Amino acid sequence: MTIEERSNIDIIQEKDNNIIGEPYETVYQKPGTLIDVDMHYCPGCYHSLVHKLLMEIIEEMDIQEQTIGVAPVGCSVFAYDYMDIDMQQAAHGRAAAVATGIKRLLPDKYVFTYQGDGDLAAIGIAETIHAINRGENILIVFINNAVYGMTSGQMAPTTLTGMQTTTSPAGRDTNIHGHPIKISELVAPLPGAFYVTRQAVNNANGVRRTKKALQNAFNYQRLKKGTCLVEIVGNCPSNWKMTPIECTGFVEEQMMKTFPVGDIKLPKAEDLKNLKEA
Amino acid sequence: MTETKLMKGNEALAEAAILAGCDAYFGYPITPQSEVLEYLAREMPVRGGVVLQAESEVASINMVYGAAGAGFRAMTSSSSPGISLMQECISYMAGAELPCLVVNVNRAGPGLGTIQPGQGDYFQSVKGGGHGDYKLIVLAPSSVQEMADHVFLGFDLADKYRNPVLLLSDGAIGQMMEKVQFHAYQPPRVDKSSWATIGKPKTRSRNYITSLFIQPEQMEQHNQKLEAKFRLMRENEVRFEEMNTTDAEYLFVAYGLSARICQKAMDISRAKGIKVGLLRPITLFPYPSKRLAELAPQLKLVLSVELNSGQMVEDVRLAVNGKVPVEFYGRMGGMMPTPESIAEHLETLIKYHHDN
Repeated sequence: MTIEERSNIDIIQEKDNNIIGEPYETVYQKPGTLIDVDMHYCPGCYHSLVHKLLMEIIEEMDIQEQTIGVAPVGCSVFAYDYMDIDMQQAAHGRAAAVATGIKRLLPDKYVFTYQGDGDLAAIGIAETIHAINRGENILIVFINNAVYGMTSGQMAPTTLTGMQTTTSPAGRDTNIHGHPIKISELVAPLPGAFYVTRQAVNNANGVRRTKKALQNAFNYQRLKKGTCLVEIVGNCPSNWKMTPIECTGFVEEQMMKTFPVGDIKLPKAEDLKNLKEA
Repeated sequence: MTETKLMKGNEALAEAAILAGCDAYFGYPITPQSEVLEYLAREMPVRGGVVLQAESEVASINMVYGAAGAGFRAMTSSSSPGISLMQECISYMAGAELPCLVVNVNRAGPGLGTIQPGQGDYFQSVKGGGHGDYKLIVLAPSSVQEMADHVFLGFDLADKYRNPVLLLSDGAIGQMMEKVQFHAYQPPRVDKSSWATIGKPKTRSRNYITSLFIQPEQMEQHNQKLEAKFRLMRENEVRFEEMNTTDAEYLFVAYGLSARICQKAMDISRAKGIKVGLLRPITLFPYPSKRLAELAPQLKLVLSVELNSGQMVEDVRLAVNGKVPVEFYGRMGGMMPTPESIAEHLETLIKYHHDN
């Protein structure tokens, strides 16, 4: 948008504000649980979108007072600047252990972690697997963009084979760097894992499905039957060195080949019988 | 009348944790402190409270972080190698101003070392241990009774300053059996509602726990706030015990198990007419530097006795600031000096300093 176009819009808006008469019907607004400040995320980054989905759900379920979030180390370290709920910032990779500490003491609250792939799948894989293996009644929101974003684009455990990063400049070589790790497929067989799904927010349908998955996970937490993990295929315009639109293409053409979206483990029907009462 | 029990140090500590209203204990087995986890795994589910064996010491202390951040009394315990693993989160907790009790039943190192007692973690305990500018209040029990007493004190101090407290014991105090009494205790009322994350009601703004202050101005401000707290600890929380210092010309300085051995060494030397006293720091941070400085003018020699290669001796020297010679005597690797060897070493040093 040019400056000229921008200023035209400002003028139109100014005019609109002066219209006397019936106000427009509000058809969409940000959830009140999302703090109305500028986000530090890069333009086109999916973090802001996923933050909004989470805060919409918390507002719609009216569970602001019952929810405690855990922020990781990574780009979303400042999640507590945007989410208007009580939160704790955890050391790198330790979110699942911190969430365990919270949930064991506050078993009737909703507790979720919000973690990237470096945080969860590299340094924090032990805490993640053991929390899930204990069946901690928490939700793990796992944003997988195949790269370390905050530290400017180093190789992550989820970096795609052949993908160039600052620490795999010739592309990820599986002989040297190993293979991209598929966390959802890895943890789903654990008896403590109640619901494991991988979603993406690359288009409107994906956004809807992701929101539904997160809603499910929050609802399932009331059953106290185990851990829910919602993996969301992320992007990284700055470190993938792509425009947001190119990122969406990369997500669809490359990321989803290694990380196909869909449910990986669904709760048994009998386990969901009491969901309404819970 | 308060009942007197015969208990292991580690078990007395675990029992004290329950009586002190510890809401949650997270731990991982390691010799010589596994009795704490075992005792609490047996007792806490029955008597109320959360107990959980974590997958590592790293996870234990981060669970403590979560529980403490939600406003609960939480603790963990381990021994030296496990405490090394916890240093990252201890630094985070000091930075995020979270109260908790960490217990180190010190064994000799470095590395995997041995399971025998040691005091080689003095520097790690009082000089930081983890990264960044922070201090822990460090309590050093020298008896099974103090293993219990310091749990109550430790939790109270942690809450008072919103800072982790370290109880630095050792393999001998943890494993030995002595009589112990548990006195009636009521935890002080502490209002944590302004910071604890228990879910945000509409009536207040959100609480968040963090040690991240990305703007240098804010970080320094936070550092200064913490420093002010550490200054208050130095002013208000110094604890020590003195024996035979009124007429002392010589002084043993020792904490924990070493202080126990020095008491006997003192008796041996006194029987020979050597006027030696003992100063036993109970808090290693804050350190009884002021008291040492006060005693310095009357002393001819100070001997720091430790189960390490000479760590606390540096703080003794800083305290007396050159006013009196300070020497070191110690054993390492889980070996114990005999009272006779300490008394003998003192005599040798007295002769050396007299001749020179």
